Amino acid sequence: MRRWRGAAPLFAVVAASSLVLTACGDDGGGEGDKGKTGGTFVEGINEPDNLTPGFTTSSYSSTVINALFDPLTELTPQGKVKMLDAQSVESTDQQNWTVKLRKGSKFSNGDPVTAESYVDAWNNAAYGPNGAAANYYFANIDGYDALNPEEGKPKEKTLSGLKVVDKQTFTVKLTGKFSDYPLTLATPFAFAPLPKEALDNPKAFKENPVGNGPFQMDGKWEHNQQIKVKKTKGYTGTRKPKVDGVTFRVYTSDDTQYNDVLGGGLDIGTVPANKVKAAKQQVGDRLQTIPAGTMDYLGFPLFEKKYQSADLRKAISMAIDREGIVKAVYDNGFKPMKSLTPPIVPGYQADACGEFCEYDPAKAKALLKKAGGFEGDLTLWFSNADPTYEKWMRIVAQNLKDNLGINAKFKKVPDSDYLTTLNEAKQNGPYRNNWVMDYPSAENYLASMWGVGNRMGWKGKTHDKFNKLIDEAKAAGTDSEREAKYNEAQQIAIDEMPMAPLWNWQNFTIASEKLGEVPIDSYAYDGNGVRIEDVTVK
Amino acid sequence: MWRYTVRRILQMIPVLIGTTFIIYAMVFALPGDPIQALAGSKPLPQSVINALHERYNLDDPLVVQYAKYMANAFQGDFGETFYGQSVTSALESRWPVTLKLALVAWVFELVAGVTLGVWAGLRRGKFTDRVILGGTTLIIAVPTFVVAYSAQLLLGVKWDIFPVAGTQEGWVSYILPGIVLGSFSLAFVARLVRTSIAENLRADYMRTARAKGLPKHRVVVRHLLRNSLIPVVTYLGVDLGSLMSGALVVEAVFNMPGIGQGIFQAVQTKQGTLVVGVTTILVLIYLFANLIVDLLYGVLDPRIRYE
Repeated sequence: MRRWRGAAPLFAVVAASSLVLTACGDDGGGEGDKGKTGGTFVEGINEPDNLTPGFTTSSYSSTVINALFDPLTELTPQGKVKMLDAQSVESTDQQNWTVKLRKGSKFSNGDPVTAESYVDAWNNAAYGPNGAAANYYFANIDGYDALNPEEGKPKEKTLSGLKVVDKQTFTVKLTGKFSDYPLTLATPFAFAPLPKEALDNPKAFKENPVGNGPFQMDGKWEHNQQIKVKKTKGYTGTRKPKVDGVTFRVYTSDDTQYNDVLGGGLDIGTVPANKVKAAKQQVGDRLQTIPAGTMDYLGFPLFEKKYQSADLRKAISMAIDREGIVKAVYDNGFKPMKSLTPPIVPGYQADACGEFCEYDPAKAKALLKKAGGFEGDLTLWFSNADPTYEKWMRIVAQNLKDNLGINAKFKKVPDSDYLTTLNEAKQNGPYRNNWVMDYPSAENYLASMWGVGNRMGWKGKTHDKFNKLIDEAKAAGTDSEREAKYNEAQQIAIDEMPMAPLWNWQNFTIASEKLGEVPIDSYAYDGNGVRIEDVTVK
Repeated sequence: MWRYTVRRILQMIPVLIGTTFIIYAMVFALPGDPIQALAGSKPLPQSVINALHERYNLDDPLVVQYAKYMANAFQGDFGETFYGQSVTSALESRWPVTLKLALVAWVFELVAGVTLGVWAGLRRGKFTDRVILGGTTLIIAVPTFVVAYSAQLLLGVKWDIFPVAGTQEGWVSYILPGIVLGSFSLAFVARLVRTSIAENLRADYMRTARAKGLPKHRVVVRHLLRNSLIPVVTYLGVDLGSLMSGALVVEAVFNMPGIGQGIFQAVQTKQGTLVVGVTTILVLIYLFANLIVDLLYGVLDPRIRYE
């Protein structure tokens, strides 16, 4: 099974839970006594789309960019924010942020990293006509709309919310309060700084990117083959690598990656979900599992007359046998969810959804009756991007027929047309909805799904009280206050059930015998969740 | 013969223009917005969509798009992919891989196929013939990806005879994938040769050659084989083209970044310029392979003349 869409996979931050960390590494930042420094290893990726930060959201690009660049902050293996290229990111009102850069940070070409390195890079990516894939990551900065009109050329070229104070300092004014802002800045493929040459000659830079990270390019990007990086000379940051270099080898098939690890040609690779059982027996704890940030939902078309009753939506949710589907389709590789956010997000409540996500045919039937029944056929919408979508939709259809007596039909949409279909609200029945995490905050899930200007609710209604709670959470100064507000908002979303949570994805990574320590966690911006700077070779 | 060759080459021009247009139109007709699909599972801001549509002429009608593409192509600019890589450089990195792979497969099917075919044909109805017939039937029946993964697991992972995947070890990397890729055609070649040989064994000129007292190897090689090769040459000529375009599965399993994968990804992401770039070269290969096959007929059978 394919983890991400073939063409331009969206970044999936992989997620941690202390439960699943294996003998190989207990702490990403820890000093290893297994293995020594030096040596090189090979990690499997798919062909990245672009290696210039700001111009990609692909998880494979992220793997490489994470090696080449240090953004302002990073996330620890526990998911906590830590300063990386910044000395401090502070705000008194959660809306106006002051960023002070770490002294002595420089790019591998020798240029110092200055406030302009950030401000110019961000302006460049936020400017609509540049067509940058990570453009929307800058949407919460003041002045974004002036750079991205729905039609025609923008009047402004720079974000009014960004101001350079001096060489080491710049300020960011957001469109609203957002206390999780420093957390979002850890995303290297969006917020990493760029040297001047990146803006002067973007075409050449793309093939040979220069960053401020622990590794630098070792030769050009060999398209569809490999990308080699070596330890950056004179790197002064905190992510000092233990190996001398890494080769990111490009694959198109996860099965081949797996075989190549077994055969000794590859050191770190992805294991396809259908091979996980065999891999566990074959390689023991060289297989590591971590929860990912990706969630699957069953969305309801709130704009359709037929689906106006929340009881009906809950009845459908309760008629779905999540455990059965995950076992039959994903060999228990994915985890059934009773929450709109995944476990790796702070404040996660395992049972937020309660009985409404419980498989209970009798109660489902009663709820359906209360909702006044369901007339006619129901159509399930999904894309052909992956054959497993159809597999689980078929079980959902069977569930609905058996438990609620609803006759379900299917509408399989070509992958390239699926987003457009949802955007234009053409789906007239429950549909596959999926969210790949941008950053580990409940806001990223809740607001994106159902909030004002949501990117995923697809013309559904929004809810005033829900929006108000999200705003309050974003303005909250302390973690506990923030999490409480998000959970309150989540309760409203559960009660209204604009979409039913289904399951949370997992990542499976296999390491070769050649490697010593392979620390893996859900918050590393490497596609396999590996802290590559801490990997050691035996 | 020269006039014939020149005429054939001139005929390729309208064929090329026609095929590129048809292919361009087919990619154009695929559903969905390629830019939206680029972004994966999240919608892009409208301003970004607008900018990329403009950059790749996606809002123009089909004929205008095609005209713009061809105008640039005639100046040597084959456009760029949606990832900003130039199509020319994308092709430059992929063609050598496919050429080597196809060549290994082709040589394998030629040598092994003809040898097996001659062997079986000469011993028609005997045990050897039965084994070869059965074996080739099996190869044709089993799907390529099963053969590919089994070969990879056994010969690569378990016995460690060949590299598991990739192109890192030069020609050695191409042996196993080449054999897997060529095995399907090998079965066809062997069967074609076998039938042809068996038929010609009873021809008058064979009896004459034997009656003249010629040594057996001369009878087989000069008289029998030469006369039996025409259908095989036709097949091998066209097959060189299909080996290059149809290596998708083998390329994926053995992680060879060749043309087959390139076309697949390009169609999946609806990248007209890339699809046309790749297929134009494939069309050229087919056309030239056919021309060479036609010319070879004259060499193999002097009765065929070109005016």
